Amino acid sequence: MKRPSTLTAYAFLYLVFLYLPVLFLPLFSFNSGTIVAFPIKGWTLDWYRKLGEQDTLIQALWNSLGVGTVVALLSTAIGLFAARAFVRYRFRGQRAAEGLVMLPLVIPGIIVASSMLVLFLFLGLKPSLLTVVLGHTFLALPFSVSILKSAFDDFDASLEEASYDLGVGVFETFRRVTLPVVSPGIIASMLVTFTVSFDEFVLAFFLSGNQPTLPVYIWSQIRFPAKLPNVLALGSILLLTSVLLLVLAEYFRRRSSASEVR
Amino acid sequence: MIFRSEASRGYTLSAPATAYVGFLVAAPLVILIAYSFWTQTYVTLDKTPTLKNYSEAFADPLVRHLMLRSIWIAGAVTVVTVALAYPIAYFIAMKVRKKTIWLLLITIPFWSSYLLRVFAWKLILGFNGVMNSALLMLGLIDEPLDFLLYNEFAVVLTLAHAWAPFAILPIYVSLQKIDPSLLEAATDLGNSPLQRFMRVTLPLTIPGIIAACLIIFIPTVGDYVTPALVGGSDGKMIANLIQVQFGAANNWPLGATLSLIAMLSVGFVAIVFVITATRLGRRIR
Repeated sequence: MKRPSTLTAYAFLYLVFLYLPVLFLPLFSFNSGTIVAFPIKGWTLDWYRKLGEQDTLIQALWNSLGVGTVVALLSTAIGLFAARAFVRYRFRGQRAAEGLVMLPLVIPGIIVASSMLVLFLFLGLKPSLLTVVLGHTFLALPFSVSILKSAFDDFDASLEEASYDLGVGVFETFRRVTLPVVSPGIIASMLVTFTVSFDEFVLAFFLSGNQPTLPVYIWSQIRFPAKLPNVLALGSILLLTSVLLLVLAEYFRRRSSASEVR
Repeated sequence: MIFRSEASRGYTLSAPATAYVGFLVAAPLVILIAYSFWTQTYVTLDKTPTLKNYSEAFADPLVRHLMLRSIWIAGAVTVVTVALAYPIAYFIAMKVRKKTIWLLLITIPFWSSYLLRVFAWKLILGFNGVMNSALLMLGLIDEPLDFLLYNEFAVVLTLAHAWAPFAILPIYVSLQKIDPSLLEAATDLGNSPLQRFMRVTLPLTIPGIIAACLIIFIPTVGDYVTPALVGGSDGKMIANLIQVQFGAANNWPLGATLSLIAMLSVGFVAIVFVITATRLGRRIR
């Protein structure tokens, strides 16, 4: 072994590099001075208190929550069928189909955003929360499909066959056998896709029209130095929410893998 | 009989996903192509087909400059991110026992809002920002450093941070797949650890490196947020110009043309890269 200690030290430095920048947001959100620089003037919760008084922010929050929920339901529903098809059945063009579904991950954001704006206006859909939902569902699909694929991977197909043999119908089998087993995967997929939509900016920036989502609202505030502490407080809450949702998702994903043993 | 019904079930169940993604990839592309042959003066759209947008885009030195800079910055981001990430992937795959915890640690920051992470870097690198004020307070510098923010360096640093998990995960997967007996064989045949790494480990992880490079390079060329927030005028990229065409300049046909040119350039560079990297990988082996 060639000096593993150097590598370990590097790994820990790398973690600092990954985490430190993000942690500055919450740190300075408690700073009573309005300039984001050391030394910290004093500690305050004022910036958090003031968040509740801003009507446009609250409206943007509701917009984001609504969009995220619909996106989570839509992409998970579509992803559920696709994941099952990819894991359970073999068919010609399957690899191409799986590749196609992953495509939204690698297309540059600006190209997706500009081309969708042009398409939706062409179809007569004005930029609104509806167009944001359609765009975010597109972006969220690769996530839901890959999470649900791993949920179905661990699913023993003989359980379904047993159910058919006992004379239970297709839909009843799905509801009573398949669904309960893959449900942790479904929950994980919904949490992840919700977060993808909740954090997404570029598409929402192009497609939301005059109904800003939370990231679009933050973008409009970033330009004004006076609004900075507000953005920090809001950003810190969002960071915490995203991380909590994702840890929760990870927990459910683990449970779906563990169910194989039972 | 069974096969046919299996296949048809597969098609039916996957159809909503493939149709949805396929439609939203293909339809905008068709309309984008159509738009690129039209012209627009103020609000009126002239649908007489013309190559004016293309000749305008190719003749404009700004377009060429921003396109080349986007590819150059994306290339630099890719190299820096992958180089920084490879040792971590190696560390997790080869040296750590609690792999899942490390993988989780690596991916958690990625799940925080991309916009906020970029914004955090703007605060850190600013003239009156976190880094300068900290260095001043520690007495390491006498006046704020002015080369931190609003340049290509800031863009590369910010994106190397933002894309970290995208580089680590594919390389980690390819390292995981390496058969340990190959490494033992190399050692038994008298290879030093460095030789073993260069002749066995590295060549076997080329597919992972290629995947990491593509996952980072392609979205970076079209990145809008980072150049807009930390790039300044020296760090502006093609996406910022495209956004202007769809926003303030209100010239959608030109915007569509630029999008298509960007897409083709990215595709071209990516294909050349994959071919070269694969050849290079074979040569090492």
